[in-house]
Amino acid sequence: MARVKVCVLRTAGTNCDKETAFAFDAAGGSAELVHVNRLISSEKYLKDYTILALPGGFTYGDDLGAGKVLANELRFKLGSEIKKFVAEGKLIIGICNGFQILVKAGLLPGNDELKQTASLIINDSAKFEDRWVYLKSPGHQVTTSHVRCVWTKGFPELIYLPVAHGEGKFISEDKTTLAGLKEKGQIVFQYCDAKGALTGYPDNPNGSMANIAGICDETGRILGLMPHPERHVSAQQHPRWCREKTKRTGEGLAIFQNGVAYAKKYL
Amino acid sequence: MLYKIEVKDKPGVFDAVGSGIRKDILDLGIKSVREAEFIQVYILDGDICEEELEKICSELLVDKISQEYSFNNTHNPQRKTQDEFVIEVAYNPGVMDPVEESALKGIRDLGIEEKVSVKTAKKFILKGRLTSAQLRVISEKLLYNKLIQHIVSSEIPGSLPYALTGSGYQFRLRTIELLNASDKELARLSKDGQLFLNLAEMRHIKDYFRKLGRNPTDVELETVAQTWSEHCYHKTFRGKIKYTERLTSDGKRYTVNGKRNFIINNLLKSTIMKVTKELDKPWCVSVFKDNSGVIRFDEKHNVCFKVETHNHPSALEPFGGANTGVGGVIRDPLGTGLGAKPILNTDVFCFGPPDYPFKKLPAGTLHPKRIMKGVVAGVKDYGNKMGIPTVNGAILFHERFVGNPLVYCGTVGIMPKEKSFKETHTGDLIVVVGGRTGRDGIHGATFSSGELTHESETVSSGAVQIGNPIQEKKMLDTILTARDAGLYSAITDCGAGGLSSAVGEMGAELGTEVYLDKVPLKYTGLSYTEIWISESQERMVLSVPKDKIDALIEVFSRENVEATVIGEFTDTGKLKLYYQDNLVSDLDMVFLHEGIPQITRNAIFIQPRHKEFKRSCPRDLTKSLTRIFGQYDLCSKEWVIRQYDHEVQGGSIIKPLSGIVNDGPSDAAVAQPILNSKRGLIVSCGINFRYGLIDPYWMAASCIDEALRQVIAVGGSLKEVAILDNFCWGNPDKPDRLGGLVRAALGCYDAAKGFGVPFISGKDSLNNEFTVKNKSIAIPGTLLISALAVMEDTGKSVSMYAKEAGNPVYVVGLTRPELGGSHYFGLTGLTGNSVPQVFPKTAKLNFEALSIASDKGLIRAMHDCSEGGIGVAAAEMSFSGGLGMDLFLSGVPYNVKCQMSNVKIATQKSKVSELRDDFILFSESNSRFIVEVEKKEQKEFERILKNKGVAFGLIGCVNKGKIFRVFGLDGEPCVKANIDALKSAWKEPLQW
Repeated sequence: MARVKVCVLRTAGTNCDKETAFAFDAAGGSAELVHVNRLISSEKYLKDYTILALPGGFTYGDDLGAGKVLANELRFKLGSEIKKFVAEGKLIIGICNGFQILVKAGLLPGNDELKQTASLIINDSAKFEDRWVYLKSPGHQVTTSHVRCVWTKGFPELIYLPVAHGEGKFISEDKTTLAGLKEKGQIVFQYCDAKGALTGYPDNPNGSMANIAGICDETGRILGLMPHPERHVSAQQHPRWCREKTKRTGEGLAIFQNGVAYAKKYL
Repeated sequence: MLYKIEVKDKPGVFDAVGSGIRKDILDLGIKSVREAEFIQVYILDGDICEEELEKICSELLVDKISQEYSFNNTHNPQRKTQDEFVIEVAYNPGVMDPVEESALKGIRDLGIEEKVSVKTAKKFILKGRLTSAQLRVISEKLLYNKLIQHIVSSEIPGSLPYALTGSGYQFRLRTIELLNASDKELARLSKDGQLFLNLAEMRHIKDYFRKLGRNPTDVELETVAQTWSEHCYHKTFRGKIKYTERLTSDGKRYTVNGKRNFIINNLLKSTIMKVTKELDKPWCVSVFKDNSGVIRFDEKHNVCFKVETHNHPSALEPFGGANTGVGGVIRDPLGTGLGAKPILNTDVFCFGPPDYPFKKLPAGTLHPKRIMKGVVAGVKDYGNKMGIPTVNGAILFHERFVGNPLVYCGTVGIMPKEKSFKETHTGDLIVVVGGRTGRDGIHGATFSSGELTHESETVSSGAVQIGNPIQEKKMLDTILTARDAGLYSAITDCGAGGLSSAVGEMGAELGTEVYLDKVPLKYTGLSYTEIWISESQERMVLSVPKDKIDALIEVFSRENVEATVIGEFTDTGKLKLYYQDNLVSDLDMVFLHEGIPQITRNAIFIQPRHKEFKRSCPRDLTKSLTRIFGQYDLCSKEWVIRQYDHEVQGGSIIKPLSGIVNDGPSDAAVAQPILNSKRGLIVSCGINFRYGLIDPYWMAASCIDEALRQVIAVGGSLKEVAILDNFCWGNPDKPDRLGGLVRAALGCYDAAKGFGVPFISGKDSLNNEFTVKNKSIAIPGTLLISALAVMEDTGKSVSMYAKEAGNPVYVVGLTRPELGGSHYFGLTGLTGNSVPQVFPKTAKLNFEALSIASDKGLIRAMHDCSEGGIGVAAAEMSFSGGLGMDLFLSGVPYNVKCQMSNVKIATQKSKVSELRDDFILFSESNSRFIVEVEKKEQKEFERILKNKGVAFGLIGCVNKGKIFRVFGLDGEPCVKANIDALKSAWKEPLQW
């Protein structure tokens, strides 16, 4: 059977591309690193892939705000291809810098005219921080009439992943946008403490509104998150694996497995 | 048309930058600033209409959700009210802010094709009552660095307007009058030209040109100065040294053939490199040849490691200095063989105390806290943006680093086995790839070969370089593509000395022709000499066969990286440089690379006699332990570590922080460079200049022991470990400085040989002195030993924090009353004389026994026992694991009281007075570990240690509570502390 083709998009400053590709391959997909120039010059086509992954890094140095320059490049140079990709029901995941790009390109939380309605801004601590965080998936409590993010199907209540960013504070344009996210079940991950309570710094490492760590669009097929699931696909990447010897794989792997499984089933 | 655009946070959005600045102002002791606001400024120059400008602002320059903008708000920034101050900071002419390049790309992506130029500036609004003196302090200490920036018209005098363009350059060949120069004039030429050459060298150059019958051109003289600089040639280590030593009775042990005066011909070859040669390990692939040392990793890959220093630039401009220090060392593995992919970084710093009084600060120096914050920010910026995890390091503090901090940066790389060697061929094209050349970093190599003075910041301002990590990341990605396609035959990095060093080295055996006007420039106005010696960052030089040049250029241009042919390797044995068809250099390669006159230097080591510690042992040592945890050297570095991405690339197995809440101090890092292979690498470091204050010989041996025992502590073995030396010392022209250096190198030889561990690369940074008004302050001679070990199975790694109540705790290794240079003595301000020694034979047995035990999975936790001794190591395990401990000092093998079987150790008999709780608890004897063993494995563990004849003692166990308790020799508790309290004491000092 053909493996699901994943386009791991890279450009100047992308730096989590290889491990993201590794995670998709480990989840049964077939990932390819594609430089954005190849799509713009039409040597490669987005339509040939089923999943688009925007990995972490500092695209173009995050010079005009994290992810801003690549977000614009996608909007102005590849806008129609991306709209078509989304309309066909294909999957997109943006991790860390990728999440920043999706938000700034208006793909998340998402609306018809791709207008930016949220942002990820400099952490309240004003510094880059690498730390592990507990994440809860509030999607579990919502009723079936709500959207389920296809990437987190069957997730446990609480997972543990690392964050590493300086601009991850989620804010929405206004209260209505935020309320809409809650109501439509688009909040996929929230920072919390080890018991699942929504707490402040350092559990919420950046000061995000409503402790938001990851959101999806209204279809549940586009996911953006600040934590790095690709950094926890094997048990040994856990900071306490020497103590907690039991788990066989990392908790991030399931995200990639869900994506690949969904893509296989529906496409 | 010139537009000025200001971008700031919308009302109600938390201004994190502004609030950070306010905090820094408080650190300066200025409490009157109520609020600090940050505004990003862009100056756009170009033929664009207002509609396009609106688009640029709204779609590119602002984040619509959180920010707002205004433009053509052209009134000069000025004080608005009595207690509101506006300071605007712009870059100096010629200094490129990488943001400008990204903004230009963004503008083109918007479909705007008109020619536009962009400059950036930063504007700060401070609210609160401030005197003009305070305003100046804030500006100079926090908001700008005059080496690269200036204040744009405000109430601070001396400000400049924005500078948008550089000036042009008219070619004029410059020659230097050397043939008729007197000695006095030669010395002046060297000094004024910042050549840092001594008189003998200047005379030698004069003789060479006399034979040629002409004066040198400026670029020829510069090339010689750069090639012969201490930084590039390491003339101290390669020269002749007349060495004398005078030891006190404690110093003993080291003499050569019983003599205490001897001549060393090439210190490097007779100590460091000699170990490697004698050990002759089959897994050493390429040592002391290339830009980094290479060892075997697995069947298909080799790994390489290099550590560099960037001390002087970091003293002047901490962010830029550290930033380019990281950028530079990354290019070493990338320039090794045919290019290795960087997989991890290490960073070690020495600073002045962060609480150093401002009024004691010498003129021309920045405050240690500012230096530290800048250095950390610089390392963070470059390492994180390159996507290389920073996994290991250390930070130490001492007053003598105030004027001259130390910034060590290391990078490990991995490459396919068959890409480990390079060869330049006649007829190959010389190609420069990556960033453009600017005026940044002129004279870096020579500048770092002299001492710093209070005038350095003005005289040598050009020596500061500006980093652009994304440029380097693009270059890295494309170089690896070109490497795998086999498109070039040799590569080297453009570091200190710029093209002069890179091209000169590559063509040393052949000859070169370089057309300097072909080198792509950042801006006009550079002379041919500046082009040749500029140390602009993010450049590499390739040697490319002519038939592959088109394919090579294509690889780079596909990812927007410039690759430019600037000349050709020849067979003339000459370094020929041209500028617009004018021959500007015609030097013999042989003279350049082998002509340097060998210097003979005098060195003397007189062992110092420090005041002895004479206090009696306190009854309760809880307070001492808590105070030791509060020392800057020992305290938690979490504030720094978290700012580094230590998990990018996904290979992090033992992270720098570990523990029940991930905040304990790991001993070494374990990384798995190939994600689907369990084979791993261990990286660790040993550094302790305090021992060197007593005896650099034992400092060197201790550093090696420390780096190796950290390898063992995380579950590694001595089977395939390579080490690197980085000496940072004072001026080698001064015999006392050089004497210490020699003694340290001798210590390196003995210890490395004893452990059977080869050096594979190293670097020395001399002249680390700061001169104020003719008084020279040298740094304490400091040696960094970095270790790189191959680990067969990362699944056998061991972490340092206590795991389970009820498990027994052991001390492995013999404790001696060695507290010279210890933190315990340091609490009273004393150094003492009983410096920790190293006994490689017995130490090796400790290491081997523990490797066997961790390989068998008997060990639950293990921690290196170093600074602060058993007390600190055990307490760290305890609070990091969130579990208490009960320990008994009576169980510690101490001098004769140990479970020795077949090993003899020559130690002095312990005096009864030395059998005291505080010495046992805080002695810093080498080669020791605290080990938590799985309860049911206790017998097996002890059997392994006994078989090896290792000194060890069962000293207690892990308990469920929160109390860390130590019982003294009399059976009464001498330490009783809550683990949370100890942890807080440990975290507090650097919790910024």
